[in-house]
Amino acid sequence: MPDIDVRINGIRYQDHVEPRLLLVHYLRDRLGLTGTNVGCDTSNCGACTVLVDGTGAKSCTMLAVQADGTEITTIQGLAGGEGAGAPEDWHPLQKAFNAEHGLQCGYCTPGMIMSSVDLLQRNPDPTEDEIRHGLEGNLCRCTGYQNIVKAVQAAAGELRAAGAPGAVVGGQS
Amino acid sequence: MSRPRGLAEAIDVLRADPAAVPLGGGTDLLVALRAGERSVRHVVALRRVEELAGVTTGPDAVDLGAGLTWAGMEAQVGATLPALAAAARAVGSPQARNAGTLGGNLGSAAITGSTLPVLLALDAGVEVAGPAGTRTVPAGDLVRGPGDVALHAGEIVTRVRIPRARGPQQFLKVGQRGSVITAVAQVALVLDLGARRVRCGVGAATPVAFRPRAAERAAEAAIDWDAVTADPDLPRRFGALVAADRPPLDDLRASAAYRRHAVAVLAERALARALAA
Ligand SMILES: Cc1cc2nc3c(=O)[nH]c(=O)nc-3n(C[C@H](O)[C@H](O)[C@H](O)COP(=O)(O)OP(=O)(O)OC[C@H]3O[C@@H](n4cnc5c(N)ncnc54)[C@H](O)[C@@H]3O)c2cc1C
Ligand code: FES
Ligand code: FES
Repeated sequence: MPDIDVRINGIRYQDHVEPRLLLVHYLRDRLGLTGTNVGCDTSNCGACTVLVDGTGAKSCTMLAVQADGTEITTIQGLAGGEGAGAPEDWHPLQKAFNAEHGLQCGYCTPGMIMSSVDLLQRNPDPTEDEIRHGLEGNLCRCTGYQNIVKAVQAAAGELRAAGAPGAVVGGQS
Repeated sequence: MSRPRGLAEAIDVLRADPAAVPLGGGTDLLVALRAGERSVRHVVALRRVEELAGVTTGPDAVDLGAGLTWAGMEAQVGATLPALAAAARAVGSPQARNAGTLGGNLGSAAITGSTLPVLLALDAGVEVAGPAGTRTVPAGDLVRGPGDVALHAGEIVTRVRIPRARGPQQFLKVGQRGSVITAVAQVALVLDLGARRVRCGVGAATPVAFRPRAAERAAEAAIDWDAVTADPDLPRRFGALVAADRPPLDDLRASAAYRRHAVAVLAERALARALAA
């Protein structure tokens, strides 16, 4: 079986994986990183979005072996460190989705936030149109998207005020 | 799974195992695997093959690596190949734009594939490499039918070479915004001011993308190339000729009548915008 050597949320993993194992199953079933959801089997919904070397990718449409040599951030690595952390430590996007009601059932939220991170890294001050374009690959059944757009705008303002680029790749190991 | 780092190694692996299948970004192949439409025993991941990377912009041609993603096209060829950059921008999800590649798009040879109509209009040559060496296939000869690429066993697409043309370019598709929905018609158009040529590629309307040669000739003859103007009715006539070139598909996504209409409208708009640019 092939080997992978990958950093996930700042931690290095060297593992043997089945060649046909999907990255999302490696994250969820092997590493217990169940913050990343699976919402479809057609690569449409975006619930499984993670950052691979800083750009948004659908982890259901990638083999775990393809992640070899990359650096991955999941929703659980966003606030730095392990797991969720205290609300005051959340990433500005996590805070804004909460404050602006950018979620209802929350199923799409981990993917939606990771795509928003990717978007804000490339474009710190997106228009509403640019936000909708940047989140085209993420579906939400509940919110009608309006509050998601508001949350991304709020977080973008917060990040700009803090002088921080959206970059959040990795935590500490 | 093999993960070759160089082209020679990739070709060796593909030659040694006839069942081996190349993998680009996986945005088509993994979707088909998950759906059970394809099963593959041996995948050869091309991501690290250096010879497939990068864009070289020379005075006469732009040379694109087959590993270039949609996002890479959007970022790197906006100035030189605006029609290709527009096709990349219209791909309906950022995650697919980050992962999907030029080589994979040609390798899939989907009816709805966006790059082929653009490469036809750009008069591109596709470089392929395999056990017998390297050869160049004109874009118009690469795809024989849906999913049927004119590659020999063990061959992969390595680069795409596009002669530089001075003049406006357009890419339009039906469903531009909600582009997760697969296209039912797409039109690429190049006004080559140096060669005084109109080149058009029509995709998603027929089993394989095509160039409407009669319409191109008619437009070339009607354009005043010194002023780059034409009779205001030319775009409409051009659209009608493009749509009449061959019978469109009639399937679940769209009727033949709808496609014919869409092709006429897109071709008309593309020429009108190019002449106004
Ligand atoms: C949400 C979404 C929207 C999309 N929108 C569009 C769109 O607007 N337009 C469009 O055209 N497509 C679209 N696609 C389809 C897909 O993203 C593209 O076809 C993409 O270019 C495929 O590239 P890939 O590298 O992911 O291919 P892969 O899935 O890796 O491979 C596809 C096929 O090509 C073969 N292959 C891979 N690399 C090579 C090579 N170098 N030489 C020869 N064969 C090779 C593989 O063996 C396989 O058969 C969309 C997909 C999704 C999920
Ligand atoms: S689980 Fe739906 S796109 Fe990945
Ligand atoms: S909040 Fe329920 S799917 Fe988005």
